[in-house]
Amino acid sequence: MAEKVLMKGNEAIAEAAILAGCRHYFGYPITPQTEIAAYMVKKMPKIGGCFLQAESEVAAINMVYGVASTGKRVMTSSSSPGISLKAEGISYLAGSDLPALVVNVQRGGPGLGGIQPSQSDYFQATKGGGHGDYHLIVLAPSSVQEMASLTVKGFDLADKYRMTAMILADGTMGQMMEPVCLDEVEVNDYDKSWAVVGTQCKREHNIINSLSLVPEELEQLNFARYEKYKLVEENEVMYEEYMMEDAEICVSAFGIAARVAKNAITMARQEGIKVGMIRPITLWPFPKKAFLAAADQVQCFISVELSMGQMIEDISLATQCKKPVYLCNRAGGMIPSPEQVLDSIRTAHKGGTK
Amino acid sequence: MPKRITLFAGHYGSGKTNISVNYAIHLKALGLPVAIADLDIVNPYFRTKDSEEELKSRGIDLLCSDFAGSNLDIPALPERMYRTVRDKQTYAVMDIGGDDVGSVALGRFAPFIREEDNYDMVFVVNFYRPLSPDAETALEIMREIESASSLRFTSIAHNSNLGEETTAQTLLDKVNEAKRLSEISGLPLKMTAVKEGLFSDLAGKIDNLFPLTLQRKII
Repeated sequence: MAEKVLMKGNEAIAEAAILAGCRHYFGYPITPQTEIAAYMVKKMPKIGGCFLQAESEVAAINMVYGVASTGKRVMTSSSSPGISLKAEGISYLAGSDLPALVVNVQRGGPGLGGIQPSQSDYFQATKGGGHGDYHLIVLAPSSVQEMASLTVKGFDLADKYRMTAMILADGTMGQMMEPVCLDEVEVNDYDKSWAVVGTQCKREHNIINSLSLVPEELEQLNFARYEKYKLVEENEVMYEEYMMEDAEICVSAFGIAARVAKNAITMARQEGIKVGMIRPITLWPFPKKAFLAAADQVQCFISVELSMGQMIEDISLATQCKKPVYLCNRAGGMIPSPEQVLDSIRTAHKGGTK
Repeated sequence: MPKRITLFAGHYGSGKTNISVNYAIHLKALGLPVAIADLDIVNPYFRTKDSEEELKSRGIDLLCSDFAGSNLDIPALPERMYRTVRDKQTYAVMDIGGDDVGSVALGRFAPFIREEDNYDMVFVVNFYRPLSPDAETALEIMREIESASSLRFTSIAHNSNLGEETTAQTLLDKVNEAKRLSEISGLPLKMTAVKEGLFSDLAGKIDNLFPLTLQRKII
Protein backbone atom coordinates (compact mmCIF):
# COMPACT_ATOMS: atom_id res chain seq x y z
CA MET A 1 0.00 0.00 0.00
CA ALA A 2 1.23 3.45 -0.89
CA GLU A 3 1.37 6.11 1.82
CA LYS A 4 -1.79 8.11 2.28
CA VAL A 5 -1.76 11.65 0.94
CA LEU A 6 -4.21 14.53 1.22
CA MET A 7 -5.59 15.44 -2.17
CA LYS A 8 -8.19 17.49 -3.92
CA GLY A 9 -10.54 15.41 -6.04
CA ASN A 10 -9.21 17.06 -9.18
CA GLU A 11 -5.63 16.19 -8.29
CA ALA A 12 -6.64 12.60 -7.54
CA ILE A 13 -8.04 12.29 -11.06
CA ALA A 14 -4.83 13.64 -12.56
CA GLU A 15 -2.52 11.43 -10.51
CA ALA A 16 -4.67 8.34 -11.08
CA ALA A 17 -4.61 8.98 -14.82
CA ILE A 18 -0.81 9.07 -14.72
CA LEU A 19 -0.73 5.85 -12.69
CA ALA A 20 -3.04 4.27 -15.29
CA GLY A 21 -0.49 5.01 -17.98
CA CYS A 22 -2.00 8.17 -19.43
CA ARG A 23 0.84 10.26 -20.87
CA HIS A 24 -1.24 12.58 -23.02
CA TYR A 25 -3.48 15.27 -21.59
CA PHE A 26 -5.07 18.09 -23.53
CA GLY A 27 -7.16 20.67 -21.77
CA TYR A 28 -8.35 24.19 -21.47
CA PRO A 29 -8.84 25.91 -18.10
CA ILE A 30 -12.29 26.29 -16.60
CA THR A 31 -13.41 26.47 -12.97
CA PRO A 32 -13.92 24.21 -11.02
CA GLN A 33 -11.61 21.64 -12.70
CA THR A 34 -8.50 23.69 -13.44
CA GLU A 35 -6.43 21.81 -10.83
CA ILE A 36 -6.42 18.81 -13.17
CA ALA A 37 -4.56 20.83 -15.78
CA ALA A 38 -2.40 22.52 -13.13
CA TYR A 39 -1.36 19.11 -11.81
CA MET A 40 -0.68 17.74 -15.28
CA VAL A 41 1.46 20.70 -16.27
CA LYS A 42 3.67 20.11 -13.24
CA LYS A 43 3.83 16.33 -13.52
CA MET A 44 3.80 15.42 -17.23
CA PRO A 45 7.16 16.99 -18.21
CA LYS A 46 8.85 15.10 -15.36
CA ILE A 47 7.66 11.69 -16.58
CA GLY A 48 8.07 12.11 -20.32
CA GLY A 49 4.40 12.81 -20.86
CA CYS A 50 2.69 15.45 -22.96
CA PHE A 51 0.68 18.26 -21.44
CA LEU A 52 -0.78 20.71 -23.88
CA GLN A 53 -3.06 23.62 -23.16
CA ALA A 54 -5.09 23.77 -26.31
CA GLU A 55 -6.40 27.00 -27.79
CA SER A 56 -9.96 25.86 -27.11
CA GLU A 57 -12.02 22.94 -25.91
CA VAL A 58 -12.79 22.04 -29.52
CA ALA A 59 -9.08 21.80 -30.25
CA ALA A 60 -8.43 19.78 -27.10
CA ILE A 61 -11.01 17.08 -27.89
CA ASN A 62 -9.67 16.74 -31.43
CA MET A 63 -6.16 16.26 -30.03
CA VAL A 64 -7.67 13.53 -27.88
CA TYR A 65 -9.10 11.97 -31.06
CA GLY A 66 -5.65 12.02 -32.62
CA VAL A 67 -3.87 10.29 -29.75
CA ALA A 68 -6.74 7.85 -29.18
CA SER A 69 -6.36 6.76 -32.81
CA THR A 70 -2.88 5.51 -31.97
CA GLY A 71 -4.21 3.43 -29.08
CA LYS A 72 -2.41 5.46 -26.41
CA ARG A 73 -4.21 6.38 -23.22
CA VAL A 74 -5.39 9.96 -23.42
CA MET A 75 -7.52 12.27 -21.30
CA THR A 76 -9.15 15.65 -21.39
CA SER A 77 -11.11 17.42 -18.69
CA SER A 78 -13.45 20.36 -18.46
CA SER A 79 -16.55 21.64 -16.74
CA SER A 80 -20.07 21.84 -18.11
CA PRO A 81 -19.86 24.63 -20.74
CA GLY A 82 -16.54 23.21 -21.92
CA ILE A 83 -18.03 19.73 -22.28
CA SER A 84 -20.75 21.19 -24.51
CA LEU A 85 -17.97 22.52 -26.73
CA LYS A 86 -16.35 19.09 -26.77
CA ALA A 87 -19.62 17.35 -27.64
CA GLU A 88 -18.93 17.25 -31.37
CA GLY A 89 -15.56 15.63 -30.79
CA ILE A 90 -17.06 13.16 -28.34
CA SER A 91 -19.59 12.09 -30.98
CA TYR A 92 -16.70 11.61 -33.46
CA LEU A 93 -14.85 9.50 -30.87
CA ALA A 94 -17.97 7.37 -30.48
CA GLY A 95 -18.41 7.14 -34.26
CA SER A 96 -14.82 5.96 -34.60
CA ASP A 97 -15.00 3.61 -31.60
CA LEU A 98 -12.05 5.25 -29.87
CA PRO A 99 -11.08 4.74 -26.24
CA ALA A 100 -10.47 7.92 -24.26
CA LEU A 101 -11.33 9.44 -20.91
CA VAL A 102 -13.28 12.68 -20.66
CA VAL A 103 -13.73 14.29 -17.25
CA ASN A 104 -16.64 16.62 -16.50
CA VAL A 105 -16.43 18.43 -13.14
CA GLN A 106 -19.89 19.90 -13.38
CA ARG A 107 -20.97 23.44 -12.51
CA GLY A 108 -24.38 25.08 -12.58
CA GLY A 109 -26.06 25.80 -15.92
CA PRO A 110 -27.46 26.12 -18.46
CA GLY A 111 -25.37 28.53 -20.50
CA LEU A 112 -22.39 30.05 -18.77
CA GLY A 113 -24.27 29.39 -15.52
CA GLY A 114 -21.92 29.68 -12.58
CA ILE A 115 -18.94 28.09 -10.92
CA GLN A 116 -20.71 26.36 -8.04
CA PRO A 117 -21.31 22.57 -8.07
CA SER A 118 -24.09 20.89 -10.01
CA GLN A 119 -25.25 17.57 -11.47
CA SER A 120 -27.32 19.00 -14.26
CA ASP A 121 -25.25 17.42 -17.04
CA TYR A 122 -26.68 13.96 -16.28
CA PHE A 123 -28.78 13.96 -19.45
CA GLN A 124 -25.87 15.22 -21.51
CA ALA A 125 -23.55 12.53 -20.16
CA THR A 126 -25.91 9.56 -20.29
CA LYS A 127 -28.19 10.37 -23.21
CA GLY A 128 -25.78 11.77 -25.72
CA GLY A 129 -24.77 15.39 -25.72
CA GLY A 130 -23.31 14.97 -29.14
CA HIS A 131 -25.27 13.81 -32.17
CA GLY A 132 -26.01 10.28 -33.29
CA ASP A 133 -26.73 6.96 -31.65
CA TYR A 134 -24.04 6.37 -29.05
CA HIS A 135 -23.27 5.91 -25.39
CA LEU A 136 -20.41 6.83 -23.13
CA ILE A 137 -19.49 4.74 -20.12
CA VAL A 138 -20.31 7.23 -17.35
CA LEU A 139 -18.74 6.87 -13.91
CA ALA A 140 -19.88 8.91 -10.90
CA PRO A 141 -17.38 9.12 -8.02
CA SER A 142 -18.57 9.96 -4.53
CA SER A 143 -15.24 10.40 -2.70
CA VAL A 144 -11.74 11.58 -3.52
CA GLN A 145 -10.63 7.93 -3.35
CA GLU A 146 -13.23 7.07 -5.99
CA MET A 147 -12.16 10.01 -8.13
CA ALA A 148 -8.88 8.09 -8.37
CA SER A 149 -10.17 4.51 -8.60
CA LEU A 150 -12.86 5.31 -11.17
CA THR A 151 -10.35 7.18 -13.31
CA VAL A 152 -8.29 3.99 -13.44
CA LYS A 153 -11.46 1.99 -14.11
CA GLY A 154 -12.52 4.42 -16.82
CA PHE A 155 -9.30 3.94 -18.77
CA ASP A 156 -9.61 0.17 -18.44
CA LEU A 157 -13.23 0.03 -19.63
CA ALA A 158 -12.47 2.43 -22.47
CA ASP A 159 -9.71 0.13 -23.74
CA LYS A 160 -11.71 -3.03 -23.12
CA TYR A 161 -14.71 -1.92 -25.20
CA ARG A 162 -13.09 0.65 -27.51
CA MET A 163 -15.40 3.28 -26.04
CA THR A 164 -15.01 6.73 -24.61
CA ALA A 165 -15.59 6.84 -20.87
CA MET A 166 -16.57 9.85 -18.81
CA ILE A 167 -15.99 10.76 -15.19
CA LEU A 168 -19.08 12.73 -14.18
CA ALA A 169 -18.07 14.59 -11.03
CA ASP A 170 -19.15 17.97 -9.70
CA GLY A 171 -17.38 21.04 -8.37
CA THR A 172 -17.47 19.92 -4.75
CA MET A 173 -15.96 16.53 -5.58
CA GLY A 174 -13.27 18.30 -7.57
CA GLN A 175 -12.43 20.85 -4.90
CA MET A 176 -12.82 18.91 -1.66
CA MET A 177 -9.77 17.39 0.01
CA GLU A 178 -9.65 13.92 1.53
CA PRO A 179 -6.98 11.38 2.38
CA VAL A 180 -6.40 9.01 -0.49
CA CYS A 181 -4.22 6.00 -1.15
CA LEU A 182 -2.82 5.76 -4.66
CA ASP A 183 -1.45 2.32 -5.35
CA GLU A 184 0.43 1.21 -8.41
CA VAL A 185 -1.93 0.26 -11.22
CA GLU A 186 -1.66 -2.93 -13.23
CA VAL A 187 -2.61 -1.93 -16.73
CA ASN A 188 -4.43 -4.66 -18.62
CA ASP A 189 -3.16 -5.44 -22.07
CA TYR A 190 -5.95 -5.14 -24.64
CA ASP A 191 -5.78 -5.87 -28.33
CA LYS A 192 -5.08 -2.64 -30.19
CA SER A 193 -4.36 -4.03 -33.61
CA TRP A 194 -6.83 -1.44 -34.90
CA ALA A 195 -4.56 1.47 -33.93
CA VAL A 196 -3.04 3.79 -36.50
CA VAL A 197 0.65 3.34 -35.73
CA GLY A 198 2.25 2.67 -39.09
CA THR A 199 1.99 -0.52 -41.17
CA GLN A 200 5.74 -1.09 -41.55
CA CYS A 201 4.54 -2.19 -45.03
CA LYS A 202 3.53 -5.47 -43.43
CA ARG A 203 -0.24 -5.19 -43.29
CA GLU A 204 -3.25 -3.35 -44.68
CA HIS A 205 -3.83 0.21 -43.52
CA ASN A 206 -5.93 0.72 -40.44
CA ILE A 207 -8.51 3.44 -40.91
CA ILE A 208 -9.99 5.49 -38.09
CA ASN A 209 -12.98 7.38 -39.37
CA SER A 210 -16.55 8.24 -38.46
CA LEU A 211 -17.71 8.93 -42.01
CA SER A 212 -19.65 6.26 -43.87
CA LEU A 213 -20.57 6.73 -47.51
CA VAL A 214 -22.95 3.79 -47.72
CA PRO A 215 -26.07 3.94 -45.54
CA GLU A 216 -26.37 0.13 -45.38
CA GLU A 217 -22.86 -0.09 -43.98
CA LEU A 218 -23.46 2.74 -41.50
CA GLU A 219 -26.53 0.91 -40.29
CA GLN A 220 -24.50 -2.26 -39.76
CA LEU A 221 -21.89 -0.26 -37.82
CA ASN A 222 -24.62 1.08 -35.56
CA PHE A 223 -26.06 -2.40 -35.06
CA ALA A 224 -22.63 -3.78 -34.17
CA ARG A 225 -21.93 -0.90 -31.78
CA TYR A 226 -25.20 -1.51 -29.96
CA GLU A 227 -24.37 -5.23 -29.62
CA LYS A 228 -21.22 -4.06 -27.84
CA TYR A 229 -23.23 -1.68 -25.66
CA LYS A 230 -25.41 -4.64 -24.69
CA LEU A 231 -22.31 -6.42 -23.39
CA VAL A 232 -21.35 -3.36 -21.34
CA GLU A 233 -24.85 -3.24 -19.86
CA GLU A 234 -24.63 -6.93 -18.95
CA ASN A 235 -21.14 -6.88 -17.49
CA GLU A 236 -20.13 -3.48 -16.20
CA VAL A 237 -22.96 -2.12 -14.04
CA MET A 238 -21.67 -0.78 -10.71
CA TYR A 239 -23.68 0.49 -7.77
CA GLU A 240 -23.63 0.58 -3.98
CA GLU A 241 -26.53 -0.56 -1.84
CA TYR A 242 -26.66 1.13 1.53
CA MET A 243 -28.99 -0.09 4.30
CA MET A 244 -31.35 -1.60 1.74
CA GLU A 245 -31.91 -4.94 3.54
CA ASP A 246 -35.07 -3.82 5.36
CA ALA A 247 -35.68 -0.52 3.57
CA GLU A 248 -39.22 0.66 2.88
CA ILE A 249 -38.04 3.83 1.21
CA CYS A 250 -35.21 3.88 -1.32
CA VAL A 251 -33.20 7.05 -1.74
CA SER A 252 -31.18 7.25 -4.91
CA ALA A 253 -28.30 9.62 -5.40
CA PHE A 254 -24.86 9.71 -6.97
CA GLY A 255 -21.70 11.72 -6.35
CA ILE A 256 -21.90 14.52 -3.81
CA ALA A 257 -25.68 14.06 -3.41
CA ALA A 258 -25.09 10.50 -2.16
CA ARG A 259 -22.88 11.82 0.65
CA VAL A 260 -25.59 14.23 1.75
CA ALA A 261 -28.19 11.46 1.44
CA LYS A 262 -26.16 9.11 3.65
CA ASN A 263 -26.19 11.68 6.43
CA ALA A 264 -29.94 12.08 6.04
CA ILE A 265 -30.47 8.31 6.08
CA THR A 266 -28.53 8.05 9.36
CA MET A 267 -30.80 10.73 10.87
CA ALA A 268 -33.98 9.08 9.52
CA ARG A 269 -32.92 5.68 10.85
CA GLN A 270 -32.57 7.27 14.31
CA GLU A 271 -36.22 8.26 13.96
CA GLY A 272 -37.09 4.66 13.15
CA ILE A 273 -37.75 5.20 9.43
CA LYS A 274 -36.57 2.25 7.38
CA VAL A 275 -34.75 3.92 4.55
CA GLY A 276 -31.83 2.85 2.40
CA MET A 277 -30.04 3.97 -0.71
CA ILE A 278 -29.02 2.71 -4.12
CA ARG A 279 -26.07 4.75 -5.32
CA PRO A 280 -25.38 4.26 -9.01
CA ILE A 281 -21.63 4.29 -9.67
CA THR A 282 -22.09 3.69 -13.38
CA LEU A 283 -24.73 6.15 -14.62
CA TRP A 284 -24.46 4.44 -17.98
CA PRO A 285 -24.92 1.52 -17.86
CA PHE A 286 -27.62 2.40 -15.32
CA PRO A 287 -28.25 -0.21 -12.59
CA LYS A 288 -31.70 -1.03 -13.94
CA LYS A 289 -31.97 -4.49 -12.40
CA ALA A 290 -31.14 -3.25 -8.89
CA PHE A 291 -33.86 -0.61 -9.10
CA LEU A 292 -36.41 -3.01 -10.57
CA ALA A 293 -35.73 -5.47 -7.74
CA ALA A 294 -36.03 -2.70 -5.16
CA ALA A 295 -39.39 -1.65 -6.63
CA ASP A 296 -40.90 -4.89 -5.31
CA GLN A 297 -39.54 -4.15 -1.83
CA VAL A 298 -39.97 -0.43 -1.13
CA GLN A 299 -42.99 1.86 -1.06
CA CYS A 300 -41.37 4.65 -3.00
CA PHE A 301 -38.13 6.14 -4.30
CA ILE A 302 -36.61 9.56 -3.66
CA SER A 303 -34.14 10.85 -6.20
CA VAL A 304 -31.74 13.36 -4.63
CA GLU A 305 -30.11 15.49 -7.30
CA LEU A 306 -28.29 18.77 -7.84
CA SER A 307 -30.48 19.42 -10.86
CA MET A 308 -34.11 19.95 -11.77
CA GLY A 309 -34.53 16.17 -11.84
CA GLN A 310 -32.73 14.15 -14.49
CA MET A 311 -31.75 10.76 -13.06
CA ILE A 312 -35.31 10.53 -11.75
CA GLU A 313 -36.40 9.63 -15.31
CA ASP A 314 -34.05 6.65 -15.43
CA ILE A 315 -35.36 5.47 -12.07
CA SER A 316 -38.95 5.64 -13.33
CA LEU A 317 -37.98 3.74 -16.48
CA ALA A 318 -35.94 1.13 -14.61
CA THR A 319 -38.72 0.50 -12.09
CA GLN A 320 -41.32 0.46 -14.89
CA CYS A 321 -43.27 3.01 -12.84
CA LYS A 322 -44.19 0.35 -10.29
CA LYS A 323 -43.69 2.77 -7.39
CA PRO A 324 -43.75 6.55 -7.15
CA VAL A 325 -40.43 8.39 -7.51
CA TYR A 326 -40.17 11.71 -5.72
CA LEU A 327 -37.60 14.40 -6.32
CA CYS A 328 -35.53 16.13 -3.66
CA ASN A 329 -33.32 18.69 -5.34
CA ARG A 330 -31.46 21.97 -5.47
CA ALA A 331 -30.21 23.59 -8.64
CA GLY A 332 -28.04 26.35 -10.02
CA GLY A 333 -25.01 25.56 -7.88
CA MET A 334 -26.82 24.83 -4.61
CA ILE A 335 -26.49 21.56 -2.65
CA PRO A 336 -29.41 19.98 -0.75
CA SER A 337 -28.80 19.90 3.00
CA PRO A 338 -29.12 16.63 4.95
CA GLU A 339 -32.12 18.27 6.69
CA GLN A 340 -33.85 18.86 3.35
CA VAL A 341 -33.34 15.23 2.37
CA LEU A 342 -34.52 14.11 5.83
CA ASP A 343 -37.63 16.21 5.36
CA SER A 344 -38.33 14.48 2.03
CA ILE A 345 -37.84 11.07 3.67
CA ARG A 346 -40.26 12.00 6.49
CA THR A 347 -42.86 13.21 4.00
CA ALA A 348 -42.51 10.05 1.92
CA HIS A 349 -42.75 7.98 5.10
CA LYS A 350 -46.09 9.61 5.88
CA GLY A 351 -47.23 8.71 2.38
CA GLY A 352 -46.81 12.24 1.09
CA THR A 353 -45.88 13.27 -2.39
CA LYS A 354 -43.32 15.99 -1.78
CA MET B 1 4.48 41.15 20.32
CA PRO B 2 3.37 39.72 16.98
CA LYS B 3 4.24 41.61 13.80
CA ARG B 4 1.58 44.00 12.54
CA ILE B 5 1.10 42.07 9.32
CA THR B 6 1.09 38.29 9.16
CA LEU B 7 0.87 36.70 5.73
CA PHE B 8 0.12 33.03 5.14
CA ALA B 9 1.17 31.67 1.76
CA GLY B 10 2.06 28.24 0.41
CA HIS B 11 1.10 25.41 -1.91
CA TYR B 12 -2.60 25.27 -2.66
CA GLY B 13 -4.46 23.00 -0.30
CA SER B 14 -1.77 23.36 2.38
CA GLY B 15 -4.27 24.85 4.84
CA LYS B 16 -3.58 28.59 4.53
CA THR B 17 -7.16 29.70 4.96
CA ASN B 18 -7.78 27.51 7.96
CA ILE B 19 -4.62 28.72 9.70
CA SER B 20 -5.29 32.35 8.74
CA VAL B 21 -8.76 32.29 10.26
CA ASN B 22 -7.51 30.62 13.43
CA TYR B 23 -4.54 32.96 13.70
CA ALA B 24 -6.82 35.99 13.39
CA ILE B 25 -8.94 34.57 16.21
CA HIS B 26 -5.76 34.02 18.23
CA LEU B 27 -4.64 37.65 17.77
CA LYS B 28 -8.10 38.90 18.69
CA ALA B 29 -7.97 36.82 21.88
CA LEU B 30 -4.77 38.70 22.77
CA GLY B 31 -6.92 41.84 22.79
CA LEU B 32 -5.59 43.23 19.51
CA PRO B 33 -7.66 44.94 16.78
CA VAL B 34 -7.62 42.47 13.87
CA ALA B 35 -8.63 42.41 10.21
CA ILE B 36 -8.34 39.35 7.99
CA ALA B 37 -7.90 39.79 4.26
CA ASP B 38 -8.72 37.09 1.71
CA LEU B 39 -6.36 37.68 -1.21
CA ASP B 40 -7.13 34.35 -2.85
CA ILE B 41 -7.74 34.93 -6.54
CA VAL B 42 -7.43 31.25 -7.47
CA ASN B 43 -9.62 29.05 -5.31
CA PRO B 44 -13.33 29.03 -6.22
CA TYR B 45 -14.66 27.25 -3.11
CA PHE B 46 -13.76 26.94 0.59
CA ARG B 47 -12.95 30.59 1.21
CA THR B 48 -12.32 32.80 4.23
CA LYS B 49 -15.79 34.15 3.56
CA ASP B 50 -17.22 30.78 4.62
CA SER B 51 -16.21 31.75 8.20
CA GLU B 52 -17.76 35.23 7.95
CA GLU B 53 -20.25 34.72 10.80
CA GLU B 54 -17.66 33.32 13.22
CA LEU B 55 -15.27 36.16 12.42
CA LYS B 56 -17.94 38.83 12.76
CA SER B 57 -19.15 37.49 16.08
CA ARG B 58 -15.62 37.83 17.41
CA GLY B 59 -15.23 41.39 16.17
CA ILE B 60 -12.73 40.54 13.42
CA ASP B 61 -13.08 42.53 10.20
CA LEU B 62 -13.20 40.48 7.01
CA LEU B 63 -11.81 42.00 3.83
CA CYS B 64 -12.62 39.94 0.76
CA SER B 65 -13.62 40.09 -2.87
CA ASP B 66 -17.21 41.09 -3.54
CA PHE B 67 -17.40 37.95 -5.67
CA ALA B 68 -16.10 35.42 -3.11
CA GLY B 69 -18.53 32.50 -2.82
CA SER B 70 -20.60 33.83 -5.69
CA ASN B 71 -21.07 32.42 -9.15
CA LEU B 72 -18.50 34.76 -10.64
CA ASP B 73 -14.93 33.75 -11.24
CA ILE B 74 -13.23 37.15 -11.27
CA PRO B 75 -9.61 37.38 -10.11
CA ALA B 76 -9.95 40.96 -8.86
CA LEU B 77 -9.45 42.48 -5.40
CA PRO B 78 -11.40 45.48 -4.12
CA GLU B 79 -9.82 48.81 -3.15
CA ARG B 80 -10.52 48.22 0.55
CA MET B 81 -7.76 45.58 0.59
CA TYR B 82 -5.34 48.51 0.93
CA ARG B 83 -6.55 48.91 4.48
CA THR B 84 -4.16 46.10 5.37
CA VAL B 85 -1.20 48.34 4.55
CA ARG B 86 -2.70 51.78 5.31
CA ASP B 87 -4.37 51.24 8.68
CA LYS B 88 -1.34 50.78 10.90
CA GLN B 89 -3.43 50.56 14.08
CA THR B 90 -4.96 47.27 13.01
CA TYR B 91 -3.24 43.89 12.94
CA ALA B 92 -3.67 42.38 9.51
CA VAL B 93 -3.77 38.67 8.69
CA MET B 94 -3.44 38.13 4.94
CA ASP B 95 -4.59 34.84 3.41
CA ILE B 96 -2.77 34.47 0.08
CA GLY B 97 -3.87 32.26 -2.82
CA GLY B 98 -2.05 29.01 -3.54
CA ASP B 99 1.33 28.64 -5.24
CA ASP B 100 3.11 31.26 -7.31
CA VAL B 101 -0.07 31.84 -9.32
CA GLY B 102 -2.04 32.82 -6.22
CA SER B 103 0.69 34.94 -4.68
CA VAL B 104 0.92 37.21 -7.72
CA ALA B 105 -1.89 39.17 -6.07
CA LEU B 106 0.45 40.04 -3.24
CA GLY B 107 2.89 41.90 -5.46
CA ARG B 108 0.70 45.02 -5.46
CA PHE B 109 1.02 45.29 -1.68
CA ALA B 110 4.63 44.15 -1.39
CA PRO B 111 6.29 47.63 -1.64
CA PHE B 112 4.13 48.93 1.24
CA ILE B 113 4.75 45.82 3.33
CA ARG B 114 8.51 46.01 2.76
CA GLU B 115 8.56 49.75 3.52
CA GLU B 116 6.75 49.39 6.84
CA ASP B 117 8.94 46.35 7.62
CA ASN B 118 6.75 44.99 10.37
CA TYR B 119 5.58 41.72 8.89
CA ASP B 120 5.89 37.99 9.20
CA MET B 121 5.44 36.04 5.97
CA VAL B 122 4.66 32.46 6.90
CA PHE B 123 5.10 29.50 4.57
CA VAL B 124 2.35 26.96 5.26
CA VAL B 125 3.29 23.37 4.45
CA ASN B 126 1.53 20.01 4.62
CA PHE B 127 3.91 17.18 3.74
CA TYR B 128 0.95 14.91 2.96
CA ARG B 129 0.22 16.99 -0.12
CA PRO B 130 1.53 14.99 -3.09
CA LEU B 131 3.39 17.88 -4.75
CA SER B 132 5.17 18.90 -1.52
CA PRO B 133 6.10 15.54 0.02
CA ASP B 134 9.48 16.65 1.40
CA ALA B 135 11.61 19.63 2.40
CA GLU B 136 13.21 19.97 -1.05
CA THR B 137 9.97 20.19 -3.04
CA ALA B 138 8.52 22.52 -0.41
CA LEU B 139 11.55 24.80 -0.73
CA GLU B 140 11.03 24.88 -4.49
CA ILE B 141 7.43 26.08 -4.02
CA MET B 142 8.65 28.58 -1.44
CA ARG B 143 11.09 30.12 -3.94
CA GLU B 144 8.42 30.24 -6.68
CA ILE B 145 6.09 32.13 -4.37
CA GLU B 146 8.81 34.56 -3.31
CA SER B 147 9.62 35.47 -6.88
CA ALA B 148 5.94 35.86 -7.80
CA SER B 149 5.08 37.97 -4.75
CA SER B 150 8.30 40.04 -4.42
CA LEU B 151 8.42 39.19 -0.73
CA ARG B 152 10.69 36.89 1.25
CA PHE B 153 9.34 34.34 3.68
CA THR B 154 10.32 34.86 7.31
CA SER B 155 8.96 31.73 8.99
CA ILE B 156 7.25 28.37 8.52
CA ALA B 157 3.92 26.98 9.73
CA HIS B 158 3.96 23.19 9.74
CA ASN B 159 0.47 21.87 8.97
CA SER B 160 0.88 18.21 8.02
CA ASN B 161 -2.51 16.50 8.19
CA LEU B 162 -4.74 13.95 6.49
CA GLY B 163 -8.00 15.81 7.01
CA GLU B 164 -10.45 13.93 9.17
CA GLU B 165 -8.14 10.92 9.42
CA THR B 166 -5.41 12.92 11.17
CA THR B 167 -4.00 11.37 14.34
CA ALA B 168 -1.21 12.56 16.63
CA GLN B 169 1.10 10.10 14.85
CA THR B 170 0.18 11.60 11.45
CA LEU B 171 1.77 14.83 12.60
CA LEU B 172 4.65 13.29 14.55
CA ASP B 173 5.73 11.37 11.43
CA LYS B 174 6.44 14.64 9.64
CA VAL B 175 8.10 16.62 12.44
CA ASN B 176 11.58 15.80 11.17
CA GLU B 177 10.68 16.87 7.64
CA ALA B 178 9.54 20.23 9.01
CA LYS B 179 12.82 20.59 10.89
CA ARG B 180 14.72 19.81 7.70
CA LEU B 181 12.78 22.48 5.82
CA SER B 182 13.63 24.90 8.59
CA GLU B 183 17.33 23.97 8.24
CA ILE B 184 17.64 24.18 4.46
CA SER B 185 15.60 27.39 4.26
CA GLY B 186 17.16 29.00 7.32
CA LEU B 187 13.70 29.99 8.58
CA PRO B 188 12.30 29.33 12.06
CA LEU B 189 9.28 27.08 12.66
CA LYS B 190 6.75 29.65 13.80
CA MET B 191 4.12 27.08 14.63
CA THR B 192 2.96 23.51 14.19
CA ALA B 193 -0.77 23.55 13.62
CA VAL B 194 -2.94 20.80 15.04
CA LYS B 195 -6.67 20.28 15.32
CA GLU B 196 -7.89 21.11 18.81
CA GLY B 197 -8.77 17.51 19.73
CA LEU B 198 -5.14 16.41 19.37
CA PHE B 199 -3.59 19.35 21.19
CA SER B 200 -3.32 17.68 24.62
CA ASP B 201 -1.81 14.50 23.09
CA LEU B 202 0.98 16.51 21.51
CA ALA B 203 1.57 19.26 24.08
CA GLY B 204 5.15 19.03 25.30
CA LYS B 205 6.20 16.84 22.35
CA ILE B 206 6.27 19.59 19.73
CA ASP B 207 7.35 23.23 20.21
CA ASN B 208 5.07 26.14 19.31
CA LEU B 209 1.99 23.96 18.95
CA PHE B 210 -0.91 25.99 17.56
CA PRO B 211 -4.44 24.64 18.13
CA LEU B 212 -6.93 25.03 15.30
CA THR B 213 -10.14 25.72 17.18
CA LEU B 214 -12.23 26.57 14.15
CA GLN B 215 -12.47 23.77 11.58
CA ARG B 216 -14.31 23.85 8.30
CA LYS B 217 -17.08 21.39 7.74
CA ILE B 218 -16.87 19.07 4.78
CA ILE B 219 -19.89 17.20 3.47
